[in-house]
Amino acid sequence: MTSTTKRLEASKTKKGFITPKTAPYIFVFPALLLFLTFTVYPIIASFLLSFQTRISGVYSFTGLDNYIRLFSDPVFYKALGNTFIILLVQVPIMLFLAVILAVLLQSKLLNIRGFYRVSFFTPAVTSLVAASIIFILLLNTDYGLVNYILTSLGMERVPWLSDGIWAKISLIMVTTWRWTGYNMVILLAGLQNISNDLYEAASIDGASSIKKFFHITIPQLKPVLLFCFVLSTIGSFQLFDEPYNLTGGGPNNATLTITYYLYNQGFGYFDFGYASAIAYVIVLFIAVLSWLQFKVVKE
Amino acid sequence: MNNIYVKKSLLHFILIVGVVISLGPFYWMIVGATNPSGEVLSFPPTIVPGNYLIENLKNLSEAIPILKALFNSALIAVFFVGASLLVCSAAGYAFAKFKFKGSNVIFSSFLLAMMIPYQATIIPLFQIFGALDWINTYQAVILPQICYPFAIFLIRQNMKGIPDSMIEAARIDGAGEISIFFKLALPTMKPALAAVGIFLFTHQWNNFMWPLIVMTSSDKYTLPVALSTLAGLNSVDYGQLMLGTAISVLPIMVVFLFLQKHFVSGILGGSVKE
Repeated sequence: MTSTTKRLEASKTKKGFITPKTAPYIFVFPALLLFLTFTVYPIIASFLLSFQTRISGVYSFTGLDNYIRLFSDPVFYKALGNTFIILLVQVPIMLFLAVILAVLLQSKLLNIRGFYRVSFFTPAVTSLVAASIIFILLLNTDYGLVNYILTSLGMERVPWLSDGIWAKISLIMVTTWRWTGYNMVILLAGLQNISNDLYEAASIDGASSIKKFFHITIPQLKPVLLFCFVLSTIGSFQLFDEPYNLTGGGPNNATLTITYYLYNQGFGYFDFGYASAIAYVIVLFIAVLSWLQFKVVKE
Repeated sequence: MNNIYVKKSLLHFILIVGVVISLGPFYWMIVGATNPSGEVLSFPPTIVPGNYLIENLKNLSEAIPILKALFNSALIAVFFVGASLLVCSAAGYAFAKFKFKGSNVIFSSFLLAMMIPYQATIIPLFQIFGALDWINTYQAVILPQICYPFAIFLIRQNMKGIPDSMIEAARIDGAGEISIFFKLALPTMKPALAAVGIFLFTHQWNNFMWPLIVMTSSDKYTLPVALSTLAGLNSVDYGQLMLGTAISVLPIMVVFLFLQKHFVSGILGGSVKE
């Protein structure tokens, strides 16, 4: 007992200013400093910048000018519309596929789950640039493998990347290819948390697999599905790599996304004030949509 | 009995179609990377790898500094992962094992930042690095994301598992706080750190928009940026384009295949536990 107290006393004097009381601040300090410099400051600066316009080389406050300009800018509406179309079409399709794959992989009839899981997840570790490049070649109108398969089946060639509607479809396909496995893995983790008792009880009551899927699996997966929905919504608003590399935003802005438009304004025209206003519209949409999704799930 | 057999075959059939869709493009990329340019576009398509790899590599490195890009990507990713793991695990340890004033506020603001799209930060970031005269430098790519909230969150979840009695015992034995962190907390967290590290590595390796903005000369391009410029060239040699793509994809795929168990847990972490 006394020796412990003595050692405790000794260690206290030895440690100097790094004591159990000051230590947590020292441990958090580097992260906090980086966070303040490279996240908090930019978020505030960008907000202030969105109310400024560069007039003969100097930024000065011009009130809501950037936002007023934004809401009368047809290209902005087009980019926003494209983003919403992709969000409303791609996310449900992708999550539907991800749920189906996850449920199939959970099947008791399966004995080589690992192989399938790894295969489906592999696209998610690829860079979006690399994925876009592979698909540019696969979807080439004249020489692409996809059109080769279609024509050998007696179908017409599809102008995958050169027609406005097909370019959107191509973008949706590439995005779905890249992210379905990622969502599937998250959903698999969710499935593993559903108690087996629920299914057994339903089986005793004579419920079919389809009934079990809609009455047990989907309701039990709700929080995980919500998590995937929120992640995918944020992802849709950040779509940049794919349209930049796949279509260059074309044809005729058909695949211009809101983040791509921000990039063009900021680093194509160096109109930082206007680009910051676009950034804040993105922040606003993500905040509202995430909030709505939480509300909807809570009923 | 027969019914089960049919069900099983159907199940495997659907999943194999899925595998072909998931992995097919990668196989096609490898075929393209090892064949002359024209083969990629030939009818009927070539479906076996060829022996044109060396020529493609020669052409590719003449078109863009691909080996330099590979070096840049590797250097940036390694420094980023090292710095981020150190900073984030120190913060995660503080949040998990200490009660201190402001801890809730700081932790909540880290989490809140995860919801804010990074596009809202890129223009001021560009101005900061411009003012520092750091445009086109490695640190401009590495610094902004070292404090990675998701990594702090995952590490904190894991650090909670270290018994308080172990830390207390080390204190009683006279160990300083810094050495408790380095000699006790970090070594016991190795598997979690590996998972988070792989996650961070992939994130940085595939990062595109920010390096595209901040790297202005081709000798500083990372792989995705270099590839993107290659695809944008007018006279594209498809064999070399596919090889470039393969060079950017294969290292990460090999890492993933060997460490996939950790990788998946790194992505999931505590994030879906309700």
